[in-house]
Amino acid sequence: MIEKRKSWMSLLAISDQNDLLNLWDQKKIKISYEWLRQPEIGSIMAQGKMGVTGDKFNIGEVTITRCSVKLDCGTIGHSYVQGRSKRKAEISAVCDALLQTKMSKEVNENIIIPLEKIKKDKRDKILSKAEATKVDFFTLVRSESD
Amino acid sequence: MYVAVKGGEKAIDNAHSWMSEIRRGDPSVPNVSLNQITEQLTLGVDRVMSEGSLYDKDLAALAIKQSRGDLIEAIFLLRAYRTTLKRFSYSKPIDTANMLCLRRISATFKDIPGGQKLGPTFDYTHRLLDFKLLAENETPLSPTQQFENKKVPHVLSFLNQEDLMQKEKDNNLDPIDITREPISFPTSRAARLQALSRGDEGFLLGLAYSTQRGYARNHAFVGELRIGIVEIELNIPELGFDINVAEIILTECETVNQFQGSKIEPPQFTRGYGLVFGQTERKALAMALIDRALRWKELGEDYSGAPAQDEEFVISHCDNIQATGFLEHIKLPHYVDFQSELELIRKIRADAKRNVKRL
Repeated sequence: MIEKRKSWMSLLAISDQNDLLNLWDQKKIKISYEWLRQPEIGSIMAQGKMGVTGDKFNIGEVTITRCSVKLDCGTIGHSYVQGRSKRKAEISAVCDALLQTKMSKEVNENIIIPLEKIKKDKRDKILSKAEATKVDFFTLVRSESD
Repeated sequence: MYVAVKGGEKAIDNAHSWMSEIRRGDPSVPNVSLNQITEQLTLGVDRVMSEGSLYDKDLAALAIKQSRGDLIEAIFLLRAYRTTLKRFSYSKPIDTANMLCLRRISATFKDIPGGQKLGPTFDYTHRLLDFKLLAENETPLSPTQQFENKKVPHVLSFLNQEDLMQKEKDNNLDPIDITREPISFPTSRAARLQALSRGDEGFLLGLAYSTQRGYARNHAFVGELRIGIVEIELNIPELGFDINVAEIILTECETVNQFQGSKIEPPQFTRGYGLVFGQTERKALAMALIDRALRWKELGEDYSGAPAQDEEFVISHCDNIQATGFLEHIKLPHYVDFQSELELIRKIRADAKRNVKRL
């Protein structure tokens, strides 16, 4: 369960807000909830490692929006999403809650699976374009006789 | 005599109003949209994010538009906004071995696992103006090719295996954060790397070039340069586990430099390291050269007095917001300061004249 939840929360976090909002609006899921924490815009400090494997250092910050909701059934959903869209954070938290309830199948099919496909398509496109720029070296054999 | 000066509000308001009008330009020309900036002036956006030290494309685009394309002004706007944000937390360190590479090249080895991928680069173009861009034609899609989705290992890890490359050890230390604590000298490599990563590209470029011209002996090879997408992991305290919260583009550069060895270490190669937000390879490369030059003390090398070896000089002057703030403030009214200078010089001259008479 934790692995699955990590996976959908991660997907929601990095999804494009327009993609998420479109999918959500198309589905018209009627659900009522209350705020545990209103959407809040902030940042996290991204860290790297010196020389790839060494000690940590700070690179710079990334904007993040977070919020928490509670459904009428008591299920709690959280979100930490990239960017400054409060609506994206809200829908992500509601999806996180719903995915823990009986409605998980519906949300999975209509929101999560399409978002996964968008992510995969985007990545495959990058990888296939990068592959086309791979250098094929050919060595000219030089005669050693002279 | 002290004179308090007030006024100028109307002049300032009117100046700003004219600036806004000029920023908009000819109203018959369509207004530039933020999407156009993020999609078509990508590298400008990346520079503003890296030196503004905040990864947010929309805000960077807004800053570029607001600043009429003055990137240092845009960086200033983003830095100022950054200070208003609540800091939630620090991420887990990003593992760049998991990078989805758009570009990955090595100038030290020809045949590398994963191959040399040029990516969307200006290299090997002829740097001739392309008049075809004057016509607003559709750009044809670039070719694609079948690929294997495998992790791309770092080129220098192969030298690590032979112990020819100095190992970068993780001692699990928490780095200082220069946005929270002022830098004091001598400083740590972590503080230097943070300052360099958001430092001014032009300043770093000039300094890095100076090392190549002989001011600090460090002849660098580009062991690897990679640009691509990485995910950022964050521990969520409410849940007690980690999730990915963001996806960003990073440019990473590792240079290979010779090292003579010391009393305790055999001769081996050492690394200069650059890691920067966005597609910013000139900056990442310069950062790696300067990182290596600044490591002279740790590696027991001679201090040749070169600017790039002087961490206080480099780190105190690489931040373009500090620099421009101090530089540009001198154009603001200094009437009172100058009046005291004026009175002083009049007095000295009068005294000197009196002394001459006396002689």
